[in-house]
Amino acid sequence: MSGVFMGMPSLPVFGDGNLHIDEPFPAAAHRELGNTQMRANLRHATHTIRDKRLKVVGELPDWEELRDAGAATKNQVMANLPALLEEFEKNFTARGGIIHWARDADEANRIVSDLIKEQETTEVVKVKSMATQEIGLNEYLEEQGISAFETDLAELIVQLGHDKPSHILVPAIHKNRTEVRDIFLAEMPNVDPNLTDEPRLLAMAAREHLRRKFLSAKVAVSGANFALADSGTLAVVESEGNGRMCLTLPETLITVMGIEKLLPAKEDLEVFMQLLPRSSTGERMNPYTSLWTGVTEGDGPQNVHLVMLDNGRTAALADKYGRTALNCIRCSACMNVCPVYERTGGHAYGSTYPGPIGAILSPLLTGIKSEENSSLPYASSLCGACYDACPVKINIPEILVHLRGEDVDSRRETKKLPSQMDLMMKGAQWAFSSGKNLGLLEKGLPLGKLAAGREKKIKRLPGIAAGWTQSRDIPAPPAQSFRDWWKKDHQPAAATTEQEK
Amino acid sequence: MSAKEEILSRITSALRDAPTAEPIPREYRTTSDMPQAELIELLVDRLEDYKAHVDVVDSARLAATIAERLKDATSFVVPHGINEDWLSEAAPANDARRRTDTPGAVLGIPELDSTDAVLTSSAVSIAESGTIVLDGTGDQGRRAISLVPDHHVCVVPVSTIVRLLPEALPRMDITRPLTWISGPSATSDIELERVEGVHGPRRLDVIIVKGL
Repeated sequence: MSGVFMGMPSLPVFGDGNLHIDEPFPAAAHRELGNTQMRANLRHATHTIRDKRLKVVGELPDWEELRDAGAATKNQVMANLPALLEEFEKNFTARGGIIHWARDADEANRIVSDLIKEQETTEVVKVKSMATQEIGLNEYLEEQGISAFETDLAELIVQLGHDKPSHILVPAIHKNRTEVRDIFLAEMPNVDPNLTDEPRLLAMAAREHLRRKFLSAKVAVSGANFALADSGTLAVVESEGNGRMCLTLPETLITVMGIEKLLPAKEDLEVFMQLLPRSSTGERMNPYTSLWTGVTEGDGPQNVHLVMLDNGRTAALADKYGRTALNCIRCSACMNVCPVYERTGGHAYGSTYPGPIGAILSPLLTGIKSEENSSLPYASSLCGACYDACPVKINIPEILVHLRGEDVDSRRETKKLPSQMDLMMKGAQWAFSSGKNLGLLEKGLPLGKLAAGREKKIKRLPGIAAGWTQSRDIPAPPAQSFRDWWKKDHQPAAATTEQEK
Repeated sequence: MSAKEEILSRITSALRDAPTAEPIPREYRTTSDMPQAELIELLVDRLEDYKAHVDVVDSARLAATIAERLKDATSFVVPHGINEDWLSEAAPANDARRRTDTPGAVLGIPELDSTDAVLTSSAVSIAESGTIVLDGTGDQGRRAISLVPDHHVCVVPVSTIVRLLPEALPRMDITRPLTWISGPSATSDIELERVEGVHGPRRLDVIIVKGL
C-alpha cells in the first residue's frame, strides 16, 4: 500500500489490493515469453475473437456514432459524478436496496465479510466480477473462514487450477482445452474419470459441479456492469446463466461496484448494450443480461446490498490527462488486438487489469510511484490498435505517453544525480541544436564501424541502450555520414573527380 | 467523516478543474421502418444463429405448437398469468404434467429443479440482436421459473418485435426485474469457442405468433 493521505482529501488517495506488478514488466514479460504453449493458446484465442468482433461490428452501419455517444456519455458521467451518485443512491434505496461506501479494498472486504456473517453462512456463490478480483475478496473471505465459489466457467478453471486470471473477459484464455480437462480431472470432486477435452463436455462437467451450490446458496456476491442513476437499476451482463443463478436464487445479494460504473439514464443502455457485447465476445448480444432495481417482492433476493468502491478511482479522476481511463467498460477488446498482450499474456502485467487498459489503469489507481507499476506504461509499442478497438474511444496511447512522462518526472524528483536517460537527452539536445555540433559528433561514425568488426554488426550496446540490442543486432554504421557524403557528392565536377581519386 | 462523505469530497477535489463534457451526440439509428415480414425473418435468423429452435405460426396454431414443443416434457411449469387458451392442447383439464407458479403458492427450488420445462410469454424482442426480454409480469412469472428448468418454451407475439434496441427500451419498465435472453445459455470460455448450454436452460424453443 502506498501514498495514503487519510483526512487530506485535497491530495489523491491511491488504491491498493491486486493492482500491483511485483516485478518490472520487462522481467515478467521475458519469463512469460518462454511459455510457448501459452503463446500458442493466446494467439489462437485472440485471433478467433478479433475476427468475430470485426464481423459483428461491421454489421452495424452506425458503429462509429455509437462509439461517439458512448465516449460522450462516460465523459458526462465523470464530470457530474457526485450528483449522479447521490441520485443513484436515492433511487436504489427507495426501492429497498442498501448502499455501503468503501474508501479502499480493505474497507470493502470488511463490509462484504460482515454482511455474509450476518446471514450465518460460510459459503457464497460468486458471479465473475473485476472489482472483487481487484480488492482480493476471495482471499480475504478465506481468512475469515468463508468459502467463495467462482461460478463462471473460466473463473472456475482458474480457481481449481490455483492459477491467476490472465484476461478480464476470459480469465483462463492462457489454458487450452486439454489443460482444462487435466485441471478438472485433478481438482473437481466426483468428476467422470473418462472426461475428454471436448469443450461441450467440459462445460457439462462444470454444470454438474456447480448445480447443487446454486440451488442451495444463501448468499451471492456479484459485480455490476452498469448502474442507472435515474432509476437505481443495476445490470449484469453474462453468458452461462451462472449470473442469473446468483442474482435470482439466494436470499441475499451483495454487489461490489466501482463508483465509475454509473450511467445517467435508462436510454444510455441503448448505446452501451450495443457496444459491450459486440466488443467483448464478438456476439450481437450476450446470452443473458439481468437488470434489477432494489428489491422486488416475491422475485429474487429480498436482502439486496451494494458496495460502492473508490480504491483509487478518485485519484485516477484527479489526473486530467488520465481520467478517461475510468470510462472503461471492461470489454477487453484492447487486449485482443494488442501485439504486446498477444505475446506476453496477461500474467506479465501483474495487476487484475492486464493489457493496454491495465497498463494505464493500474498506475492511475495506485499512483505511478507505487512498486513496479511505473514499468507498465512502457508495455506498449504505441501502435494505437487499442484506441481503434475501444468502444468508448479511450485514447490509450496518449495516456501511456502521459504516464511515461509522469514516471520520468517522479524519478527526477527522487534522484539527485542525473540518470543515463537525462544525460542522453542532454547530449541529444546539444547535438541537434546546431549543424556544427552534429557534424562533430558524426566524426565518430568510423569508430562505430570499427566496433562492429568483421561481421559488420553491433551485438551489444552499453548502458540503457542495451535494451535495444537484447533481441536484435545493429548493422555497422557507414564510414561517413549522409551530410558528409552530400557535401562531397555535390561539389563542383572538377573537385569531385579530384576527391574520388 | 463517513466513507460516503470522504469519497464525495475526494471526487469534488479531483474535479476542481471543473471539466465540462460535450453534449451526447445521438446520431445512431433510433428508429426503423422495417416491414413486419422482414422483422420476423431477421429475428428468426438471429435466434437460429444462437442455436434456438424457432417456430413461426398463426395464432390459431399456437396451442398445437406449444403442445408439440412440450410433448417430451414429463412436467412443465407455467406462470399464473399464462393465457389458458394457449394450454388447451398441451395441458387439457387436469393434466398432471402442469405445475402453476402463483404468488402465495410458489414452487420451491427443488420442485423447479425436478421440472423438465417452462412455458412463458415475453415482453419485447429485438430482431437485430435476437434478444427476447422477460419482465416478470403475470404471463412470464418470476425469474426463477424461467431459469431452473432445463427447457424454456417462449412465446413471442409479433406485435412485441422491434428491430433496434433503442426502439425496445421505451417498451421496458426498467424498475421491474428484467432478463434479456439471446439464445440458450452458452460459454466461450474455452479457447473462445462458443458452446451452447451451461447453467441456464440448455434448450430454448421460441414460438413467434402472427396475429398476437
